[in-house]
Amino acid sequence: MIYPVEVQQGPAAPVVPVEATNLTHALRSEWTKIRTVRSTMWTLGIMLGLVLGINLLMLWAISASGGMATYSEPVLSPGLYGLMLGQLAVITLGVLVITSEYGTGMIRTTFTACPQRTRVLTAKAIVFFGLSFGITTLACGVTALINWAVLSGRHAPSVDYYSGNGSVTISNGVTSAAPAEWLGATVGVGLYVALLGLLALAVGTLLRHSAGAITTMLGVVLLPLIVAIFMQAPGLVKVQEKLLEYSTPVALAALYRVQMIGDNNVNGLSQLAMLAVVTALALAGAYAVLARRDV
Amino acid sequence: MIEAVGLTKRYGAKTAVYNLSFQVRPGAVTGFLGPNGSGKSTTMRMILGLDSPTEGRVTVGGVPYRELPNAPRRVGALLDAKAVHGGRSARQHLLCVAQLSGIPARRVDEVLGVVGLQEVAHRKSKGFSLGMGQRLGIAGALLGDPEVLLFDEPVNGLDPEGIHWVRNLMRTLASEGRTVFVSSHLMSEMALTADHLIVIGRGQLLADMSVKDFIAHNSAGYALVRTPDVAEQRERLTASLTEAGGQVQPEQDGALRVSGLELPRISDLAHEADVRLWELSPHQASLEEAYMRMTNGAVDYRSTQDQRFGLQQAAPPGWGPPIAPQPNPQPQPYTVPSQSEDAR
Repeated sequence: MIYPVEVQQGPAAPVVPVEATNLTHALRSEWTKIRTVRSTMWTLGIMLGLVLGINLLMLWAISASGGMATYSEPVLSPGLYGLMLGQLAVITLGVLVITSEYGTGMIRTTFTACPQRTRVLTAKAIVFFGLSFGITTLACGVTALINWAVLSGRHAPSVDYYSGNGSVTISNGVTSAAPAEWLGATVGVGLYVALLGLLALAVGTLLRHSAGAITTMLGVVLLPLIVAIFMQAPGLVKVQEKLLEYSTPVALAALYRVQMIGDNNVNGLSQLAMLAVVTALALAGAYAVLARRDV
Repeated sequence: MIEAVGLTKRYGAKTAVYNLSFQVRPGAVTGFLGPNGSGKSTTMRMILGLDSPTEGRVTVGGVPYRELPNAPRRVGALLDAKAVHGGRSARQHLLCVAQLSGIPARRVDEVLGVVGLQEVAHRKSKGFSLGMGQRLGIAGALLGDPEVLLFDEPVNGLDPEGIHWVRNLMRTLASEGRTVFVSSHLMSEMALTADHLIVIGRGQLLADMSVKDFIAHNSAGYALVRTPDVAEQRERLTASLTEAGGQVQPEQDGALRVSGLELPRISDLAHEADVRLWELSPHQASLEEAYMRMTNGAVDYRSTQDQRFGLQQAAPPGWGPPIAPQPNPQPQPYTVPSQSEDAR
């Protein structure tokens, strides 16, 4: 038995002409996606909480131990410690932006609606990078202002030891922060963490599994430092130094002008450039694989 | 119009689809049939550019799917109901899909109404039943008002009302001149919906023909003959019919199943043999039967009898008949259905 139907004339021609889609459409869609899942609120909320909370905790610890007068690290640097944990939340979000689609099967819907897969990845990268860069820079801007309010303007003589490189800036006899320090402690670290998140997005695209990608990113963040600490063979000193220098915690410290190793005038730019290169390579790999692989 | 030419897909050593060529024409519902694991979904994914064929090609309106400038306006697809991020509401899900092809948000509310989900538009799709998920998937397929529609097992999990609705929807879409391609492993479902059938088994084309031709080619008609309940009369008729070249099989209720003879001839033979007939009716084997016969050799997953090892105590000796393991526990998966099923 076939259902009877009235046959109508001709195919249903779309009334509105079909326009080719472009990146703008994908960007709009990805923005809707990222703001309608709870993991975005959670990860970025946790990042904000960690960055601000640990910063306040650091200030309290400095003042409670009576070290306020003699604190000789750069004025804005207490923001570093919260960010070391906060960056993990941004990494998680970066991974989830793509792996949650693979995990739920949403990716098939996405790639059916937009078979230009690389465009989808570009849109994800732009939306995620913009959002995480904005929020991280905002969080670090707030901590920088708080730290400035608390730690600047102390009289230089009361700061026992300072020698220029990697320690507190003295201006007109009181502690201060140079414009470059401000830039590093806000836009600099924001850029670094957002790039790290972008790397996580690329790794997530390559691996397609949340847990695997997050674990890999934890390795990227923690392993260079850990390996370097245990690398005691004399012949490997050069390798050890490089591993330390470009490890994520040291890179963040460098952006805050905190001297962790060596005696160079650190500003974190080389680390930032290094991360940008690594991220670009991983993204290139992700694009290549995404275009060819079966969904 | 969907056109596949020599479509082949291998996953390592396993060939999921082999040398599949077919066309799906506009203005009709084309059923895509095959047992589980026969390559239906793989073929669907290749049509949609999600998987790339190892060999061959498939185009939609003459263009490979991945080269369509605005795919959702040309092709709508329901792949599986759960291809959705459960954390988003139905509306948010459809909105982000609509935005990908520049479809306005008002259209989202429209299709939510069409599939009957407007009440739950703002609920997270995580809590949806399978049937609601199917409706959401169908809404996604309808978003761009496309001229080609693909549905992979659309009636899975739907209630009778939903099944009825999907059938009507597909018939209506086809009557508007659209190309409608529907996969299913249920012949009975396709018999009610499809005009044309493409049947595959083990990834290869078994049939590509109209439903009517399919029945004619794959099922032989037979006559059901009932005599008065006297064994002697039945035997006389059986002998007479067999002599005339018919095949006669007794049915359990005493009727005779006769094939190879026209109905008037059966009546004449009965008259000559002086046997009265209480029933003489023509029967057509069902589509289901034809389909099962066709795919019999191409079924990947057969069940075995559950022996409940370690869960059932062996019967003590002398205590009832033992549960003997059967040498071939699974009968032919598709046996000839009983009479009542045939009389469709």
